[in-house]
Amino acid sequence: MTSRAPLLARLDSPRVLGYLLITPAAIILLGLLAYPLLLGIWLSLTTATIGKTGEFVGLQNYATIFADPIFRGAALFSVFYTVCAEFGKLLLGLTLALLLNQRFRGYRISRALMLLPWVAPTVLSALAWLWLLDPQFSALSWLLIRLHLIHSNIDFLGSGWGARFSLIVVNIWRGLPYFAIGYLAGLQGISKDLYEAAAIDGADGWQAFRRITWPLLLPITTILVAFSSIFTLTDFQLIWTITHGGPTDATQVFTTLAYQRAISGGQLGEGAAIAVSPIVFMVILAYFVVRSVREK
Amino acid sequence: MLRLLKIYVPLALFGVFLLLPFLWMLLTTFKSNQELLNTPNPFWVFHGTFSHVTDLLTQTAYLQWFGNTLFVAVASTVLSVFVSYITAYAIIRLRFPGSEVVSTAIFLAYIVPPAILFIPLATIIIQLHWFDKLWALVPIYATFLVPFCTWLLIGFLKNIPRELEEAARVDGASNIAILWRIIFPIAVPGLISAAIFSFTLSWNEYLYALVFMSSSGNKTVSVGMTSELIRGDVFQWGQLMAGALIGVLPAILVYFFFVEYYVAGLSGSVKE
Repeated sequence: MTSRAPLLARLDSPRVLGYLLITPAAIILLGLLAYPLLLGIWLSLTTATIGKTGEFVGLQNYATIFADPIFRGAALFSVFYTVCAEFGKLLLGLTLALLLNQRFRGYRISRALMLLPWVAPTVLSALAWLWLLDPQFSALSWLLIRLHLIHSNIDFLGSGWGARFSLIVVNIWRGLPYFAIGYLAGLQGISKDLYEAAAIDGADGWQAFRRITWPLLLPITTILVAFSSIFTLTDFQLIWTITHGGPTDATQVFTTLAYQRAISGGQLGEGAAIAVSPIVFMVILAYFVVRSVREK
Repeated sequence: MLRLLKIYVPLALFGVFLLLPFLWMLLTTFKSNQELLNTPNPFWVFHGTFSHVTDLLTQTAYLQWFGNTLFVAVASTVLSVFVSYITAYAIIRLRFPGSEVVSTAIFLAYIVPPAILFIPLATIIIQLHWFDKLWALVPIYATFLVPFCTWLLIGFLKNIPRELEEAARVDGASNIAILWRIIFPIAVPGLISAAIFSFTLSWNEYLYALVFMSSSGNKTVSVGMTSELIRGDVFQWGQLMAGALIGVLPAILVYFFFVEYYVAGLSGSVKE
């Protein structure tokens, strides 16, 4: 053995090697995630603009945005959008999972196809939705007219509430496969014996669902909803592609407004305050995620 | 008959809802401009044309954007899977002091959304002179890929029996040798899972690329399409849907090749 042996041996000790192996991840995550997170909070307390560091002004940016009806509207719609979309994803995702959980011909291909909205790049599918929701040439309007459900084209994105509900539907479209797969995994983990015992006791399908399936799916529900809420609350791609926050700020959310104020408008301090403000909700959601994951 | 009503009819309704945008991309791509505006039935192509595809590929920078997206997705995937594998190995197998803290920190990093980070990151990117440099997206994408992959691989490595490496250790193998020669080959399915998720997530990314890239030659597909193919109020829908269709294909192809890994990975992320 050469003199390198002791050095190598020392490098190979769990302690030294352990720290060595986590160094690359630590550099990336401390430098480009933890530091920006703190810098963002700092920026929100300053008058920084693009190219200027600005000066410390305390909570002034927060006072400004909370007095701003556009911000209040954006905060309200962010929460409304998240609550409605999560509810829709939960309901439809669970329904789809219950359907897929029955063994039938074409099970694998159905399951594979159902995940496509989650796999495809959101901006690109959002463009397809934008075209499907076109005021003049919408294929959806055409279909509804043919089915005699409506008389003339719907201007889906022209009115505030039309645009809001359209975005919620598209968000449900994108997120429900994730819920379906999560629930499917949950359903497959439930022992068949429970249902057999329930059947012997004379329980019908709905009773079995309420007393067995749903309680056993609750932990997964917490994880799915909390997790998905974090990313729905800070959604950007869908809303920016389809409405840009319009018409007249009706579909503005935290993220789109932060982007407009900070990047398009150059007001980094104010933008950072808007971007940071959903953290209150996120901490609550993160608490639920961490707690559920720990329990597992 | 009952089965048909109880399974296939609701399933078909879900299918129509979930696949409609993709069908719509496909139909629009091959319709002539005239047919796009005036047609007896929008759900059919009466006069097919390839002109939208050829225009997109020859008259716009689409191919460049496509190449950029591919480069960033592959490079950030390779970087992130490698970094995540050694991190997960260290956390699960070496149990150094503080490994529990590191594992919790990585999980927390996973749930910090880019929407909170893009403004301060923009100032950092400018200071580092990384602005409008395509490769800068590689370490930036690693900030959301590494936590995700590490978390996925931790779950995977936990389930590899310790007997294997103990046998190797008795034979005098070092920790590094175990990392590469013993665990790595067994971890391949987990690494594939991590890689396909990374590829999909990078291919999907929009906000960072939108904020940090500015010249046309450095844009990704999603950014190029929304910032350069949409100009004013006139939408070239044929070209846009052709671009969307081609841009969706790599993600879908990777997905169909590895569909079982996706399902396992997604289910695992819920269960772990």
